[in-house]
Amino acid sequence: MGYSSEEVYGKVQEVLEAALGVDDDEVAPGATLVGDLGAESIDFLDIVFKLEESFGIEIPRSELFPEDILTSAEFVSDGRVTPAGVVQLKERMPFADLSKFETNPLVQDFGNLLTVNDLCRFIESKV
Amino acid sequence: MRWLWIDRFVEFESGRRAVAIKNVSLAEEQLDGYLPGFNYMPTSLIVEGLAQTGGLLVGEAGGFRERVVLAKVGKAVFHRTVFPGDQLTYTAELCDIRGDGAIVSGTSRIGSELQAEVELVFAHLDERFGSEILFEPEEFLCMLRSWGLYDVAVTSDGERATPPDHLLEAEARMFLMQPASTPLTDQ
Repeated sequence: MGYSSEEVYGKVQEVLEAALGVDDDEVAPGATLVGDLGAESIDFLDIVFKLEESFGIEIPRSELFPEDILTSAEFVSDGRVTPAGVVQLKERMPFADLSKFETNPLVQDFGNLLTVNDLCRFIESKV
Repeated sequence: MRWLWIDRFVEFESGRRAVAIKNVSLAEEQLDGYLPGFNYMPTSLIVEGLAQTGGLLVGEAGGFRERVVLAKVGKAVFHRTVFPGDQLTYTAELCDIRGDGAIVSGTSRIGSELQAEVELVFAHLDERFGSEILFEPEEFLCMLRSWGLYDVAVTSDGERATPPDHLLEAEARMFLMQPASTPLTDQ
C-alpha cells in the first residue's frame, strides 16, 4: 500500500501524540524523539507497536535501534563508535542523518539522534 | 492488606487473553478510607487489577521466566464509578510481545456494561536493573493457584496448561524442605 509523504507524516504525528502525550505542534520534523519529545526507552516499544498497527507493517526493533552495533566490542571503543561502526550504522540506518553524530560519535549521544523526520523516512522505506 | 487486586481467573488462554473477576466489598480498606461517606473503588486500583490480569498474561507467555513490570499506562478511560457490591470482570488481551516487553489492552465490565478501558505497556526487566527476583518462585506459584489460574488456563492449542517446571520444582523443594543448591530428590 502506498502512502504520500504527507500521509506518512500525519500518521507518525498521530502515533507520537498518542504514545508520548505531546501536542501536534510539538511534533516538528526536526524534533528529536528523546530530547525534544521526552521519549523514554519504554516508549519505543509503544511507538513501534502503534506504527505497526497504523501502517500494517512489521518493524524489527534492530532496524530502528541498532543496539547490537552500539554494544559491540568490535564497533565501540572507549565509549565511542569506531569508524567501522559508523559505516555499519549508516548501512543499517540509511533513513537517519548521522553527519552530526559522526563528528563526535559518543554512544551515549546516539539515543538522542532520531528525529521525527528520520522516523518518517524509515516508514516510507517500509510502506 | 495483600496487594492482590483480582480475586479469581475465569478464563486464561496462553499468549492471547485472560479474564479475571474482582468483587468489590465494603469490608475493603480502600473503600471506607478513601472518601468517607461516598464509598467507591479508586480508579488507580482498577488499573492495578487490570495490570495484574495483563501482567500475568505477559509473564505466562514467557514461562514466568521474565521479570514483568508495568512500565506505562498508555490510556485509561473510566465510564462509571464502581461501588461496593459491584463485580468487575477484567479482560486483558495481549496485543504484542517482544524481547523487551509487551502491550496489553484491557477492559473492565460490570455485567455487560463497559466500566473502563486501558492500554498498558509492560517491560521485561533486564540486567540493567540488577538480578533481584521479584517473587520467590514457590510463593508465586501459590499465588497463581490461589487465583485459580491453572483451573482455567489453556495453551494456545486449547490443551490444559500446567505450571512451568521451574515453579513446580521450587514448590516441591518447599514441601520437601530441600535447598535450591542440592539436586531435588523425592523422599
